[in-house]
Amino acid sequence: MRTGGARARWTAAGRWDAAAVNQFTDPAGVAAALEATGYLPDEGLATAAYLALALHRPLFLEGEAGVGKTALAHALAEVTGRPLYRLQCYEGLEASSALYDWDFGRQLLHLRAAEAAGTATDPAALEAGLYDRRFLLARPLLQALEDSPAVLLIDEVDRADDEFEAFLLEVLSDFTITIPELGTVRAQTPPLVLLTSNRTREVHDALKRRCLYHWLEHPDFAREVAILRRRLPEVTETLARQVARATARLRTLDLLKPPGVAEAMDWAGALHALGARELDPDTAARTLGAVLKYREDGDRVRAFEPGVLFGAG
Amino acid sequence: MPAEAGPRPEVATGRDVVVSVLGFARTLRHAGTAASPDRVAAMLSAVAHLDVLDPAAVYWAGRLTLCGSPDDLGRYDAAFTAWFSGEVPRARTAVVPARQRVVRSAPLETGSGSPDGEEPSDLATRASGAELLRHRDVGELTAAERDQLRRLFALLAPPTPMRPSRRRRPAPHGSVHLGRTVRGALRDGGEVTRLVHHRARPRPRRVVLLIDVSGSMTPYADALLRFAHAAVRARPASTEVFTIGTRLTRVTRELRLRDPDRALAAGGQAIPDWSGGTRIGEVLKAFLDRWGQRGTARGAVVVVCSDGWERGGAELLGEQMARLRRLAHAVVWVNPHKGRPGYEPRAAGMVAALPSVDAFVSGHSLAAFEELVDVIEHVPATRRRPGRPQQEETGACGRTPSSSSLASSGRASGRRQRGSVG
Repeated sequence: MRTGGARARWTAAGRWDAAAVNQFTDPAGVAAALEATGYLPDEGLATAAYLALALHRPLFLEGEAGVGKTALAHALAEVTGRPLYRLQCYEGLEASSALYDWDFGRQLLHLRAAEAAGTATDPAALEAGLYDRRFLLARPLLQALEDSPAVLLIDEVDRADDEFEAFLLEVLSDFTITIPELGTVRAQTPPLVLLTSNRTREVHDALKRRCLYHWLEHPDFAREVAILRRRLPEVTETLARQVARATARLRTLDLLKPPGVAEAMDWAGALHALGARELDPDTAARTLGAVLKYREDGDRVRAFEPGVLFGAG
Repeated sequence: MPAEAGPRPEVATGRDVVVSVLGFARTLRHAGTAASPDRVAAMLSAVAHLDVLDPAAVYWAGRLTLCGSPDDLGRYDAAFTAWFSGEVPRARTAVVPARQRVVRSAPLETGSGSPDGEEPSDLATRASGAELLRHRDVGELTAAERDQLRRLFALLAPPTPMRPSRRRRPAPHGSVHLGRTVRGALRDGGEVTRLVHHRARPRPRRVVLLIDVSGSMTPYADALLRFAHAAVRARPASTEVFTIGTRLTRVTRELRLRDPDRALAAGGQAIPDWSGGTRIGEVLKAFLDRWGQRGTARGAVVVVCSDGWERGGAELLGEQMARLRRLAHAVVWVNPHKGRPGYEPRAAGMVAALPSVDAFVSGHSLAAFEELVDVIEHVPATRRRPGRPQQEETGACGRTPSSSSLASSGRASGRRQRGSVG
């Protein structure tokens, strides 16, 4: 093949070194490391993250919006000291924006430059020179394989369409990408892959089967208080507890969009910005826009007696 | 289990784990979760990385590998408790024979046709028979006539509304496809001689069918499900079917079977509330919470097939219909009773729902279904004024799009029918 040299360099990958891949020995170790970064996982999530690292399996995360799916990827990148590559999915996402693309402009320039210099005598060599690594634009999936080991976040995979899931299958099963003109790229160490989904669409079984599946719940009261305290150290303990309690009550109200942890943090932040040290009904009503994102939900909550939801009790 | 191990404890433990996990997987399959062999293998390798004697670790190893959707989690928990506390795995509670249910949905002997269904002798009468059947009310047919209608249903061209997508395809006009243009230029020695264009390619718009299977809809549920089957078979990826009654059931998977009778039998088996009561408002809310708002209804053509008899409060139905309409591209309501002469929408649920409906059609005969196909394909979303909440529009039927604007059925019906019966 004309790209023989490049091919040999690119596919030269030995067996994966398990010890280098996973510095943790049990789920508790992962949990402790995550907690040190400010992300407080429960037992199930810590086990999921540990197994994803130990088994080299992608982790498929589902759950309500705002429960910390994307934040987990950032925290894991920090914990493992790996670079994070994020691919935001959308309908019509193509290989050229997810895997790789050729830099056509530079290829043309290269051709012109060769012509001008008078070196364009051997067409085969010239063409081979065009499909060189330096004319390849790496997109997130290829970047994550080349810059190994890495954390790869494939965000909201349910927004992409079926065609894109097919691309993903090859990448996620053996962590290789085949570029016809250049050869096969293989990760030295398999990346830690996280896929998130909001269930706007049922993702294909073939993709799910290759993954560990975890359903993220809203955190319980104590954990939510701890998260608020950790992420927003400037917020008082009382305020954090009251916000966590009120948010938990709001979640039981059968709202169109029950508030997640992200909303609770926004709310506590907003209250703090207004100088509140405690949650009183009046300030709560004024800052409700930080937690509730539908007019109907706002109406519903305002219909309650203020003390019922935001009382200190 | 490991306590009983004899002289070679570690080997015995290893084998016990495999046996135990396999037994657990079998329990889980009985409970209705697809714990396929590769998933079980994944669970075994997960357990190998964790503490086998820690029940929580085993629980999470199984849950992370054997489950694939939130629906599986409840079943998983139950199976886990049952298996690891020493209970015997039991088969799913005995399933009512499915066929029986489907037959029960078509108990029609009220018609005037011959009960034995004598085959008409020559082709001309067959054709005219088909023509007659097309306009007969499905609810008043004999079993034999139904059978003939079934074959007609197979010929119904299913609806495929289209929408623009972000994927592109080569076209004579449109924006320049840089990659292909340059590749062409390379062939010509680096000279760009021809620009290659591409443009957005249309894709099928999602169609969501919500079919009322309550007691009052019994005569029509069979025909509606057949219609749904034809639609699912034609566009499996972009069609979703749910049944509504006292609860919401997704039957898309069952209806993907090729043979309509088998598909309907499978559907009947999946529907727990066949011929029960109706709580459309509540069930519609369940649909919107669980599926609709997440994306199933977004930009879709949503077809509600119901007579609008509501046991729950009509306000809730009105509210949820308004919500549905804000999400969907267009909302079509099919009411079989509309085909009757002198029909007025009087049912409280119907009155509450109509302000949020883009097209109101009847679904009582094959001809009406042909019209429905046309409506689904071309329904114009009557655009709402931005910024004004829907609930304030209480003008009931005043704004209701009459079927007159949509009733091009006479023209459409001939075209939709491919070939004759036989």
